[in-house]
Amino acid sequence: MNTLTPTAVLNQDKARIAGRARPYWNPYVAGVLLGLVLLATFVVTGRGLGATGGFAAVATWLAGQLTPDHIETSAVHAKYWHDGKPLLNWTLFLLVGALIGAAISGWQGRRFKFSIERGPRINDGQRLALAFMGGFIAAFGAKIAKGCTSGQALTGTSVLSVGGLVFMGSVFVAAFGLAWFVRKEWL
Amino acid sequence: MIFPLSSTVELTLAAELAIALALGAGFGFALERAGFGSARKLMAVFYLYDMAVVKVMFTAVVTALCGLFLLSWAGLLNLGALYIEPTHYVAQTVGGLLFGVGFLVGGYCPGTSMAAIATGRQDGLVFALGMLAGVYAYAEFTPGIDAWYQATASGEITLPSLTGIGMGWWVLVFLLALAAAARGLGAVERRFSHLRPRD
Repeated sequence: MNTLTPTAVLNQDKARIAGRARPYWNPYVAGVLLGLVLLATFVVTGRGLGATGGFAAVATWLAGQLTPDHIETSAVHAKYWHDGKPLLNWTLFLLVGALIGAAISGWQGRRFKFSIERGPRINDGQRLALAFMGGFIAAFGAKIAKGCTSGQALTGTSVLSVGGLVFMGSVFVAAFGLAWFVRKEWL
Repeated sequence: MIFPLSSTVELTLAAELAIALALGAGFGFALERAGFGSARKLMAVFYLYDMAVVKVMFTAVVTALCGLFLLSWAGLLNLGALYIEPTHYVAQTVGGLLFGVGFLVGGYCPGTSMAAIATGRQDGLVFALGMLAGVYAYAEFTPGIDAWYQATASGEITLPSLTGIGMGWWVLVFLLALAAAARGLGAVERRFSHLRPRD
């Protein structure tokens, strides 16, 4: 005798078809993998990982399309101009690779889902506005510090760079200091 | 001393970019496996109920550090040929503080936003657009900061060069700190588990 109600059967079917998201890896295991990727990057290229440079390359490409005369006046654009081919940037290709790798992992783990991540006390529009603001501020921070979580915190610390440690400490000080004030965004 | 490869072999641009794609795939795969495509998982570290960010980053740093030390000890890797970003105490403090604010408000960092986009998070895409606007604005309006950085940086400073204590000892310190952290972080998570969202 089938003891499940019709609704329960339907829900069971839905779950089977959609597929439950598989759990993430143990953080220490994921950390070892991330460390091995970082080590391989050092061994092959002599420098570590980065991410912000890829964004900078796209910004310089955009500037080249919109206002070509600005390329020469800004030393920052000039650095990423790459003889008129700013998109052939090492870090940008790393980011494209990261998209592919993350998509493979997410697909295999059944974790792909269109969503907006936020706490229950703010709405989607507020969250997207904060995401844009946060990205803008983080970009300035990374440009001033010459690196982000990848380039300074992860890569810098792995070669025992004092600047990398100072950066990582500052990131945690600021974020912990502000956490109480933006708790509605996340909790 | 055959590594880093870049110091012994002249790679073409195409080869370099292919290597970047491959390493990037590993990078993105590891970030997504760790759960770093999710802003709430990342931000949980600042509310202390899930310390995955610290566990993953600390483990990654110790893994890479041990690997570099062992390869160098075996005579395969020339540590002197590795590029180390010059330390600039003011820039890395101010930049780090700003970055921390952006990380908490935005929910991602530049690398993890890729994992977010790849798994369908629209806030990850918007964060990345904010990043793009930010680096654009930096290049357009404040290129002088770069010149100031170059002129006033303190140069390559590492824990061994600063303290005179060799790399091997630092490897040991980091290993012991990771072991201690692995014990302590679990206790922190239990203490703050009431903050964990139920959905």
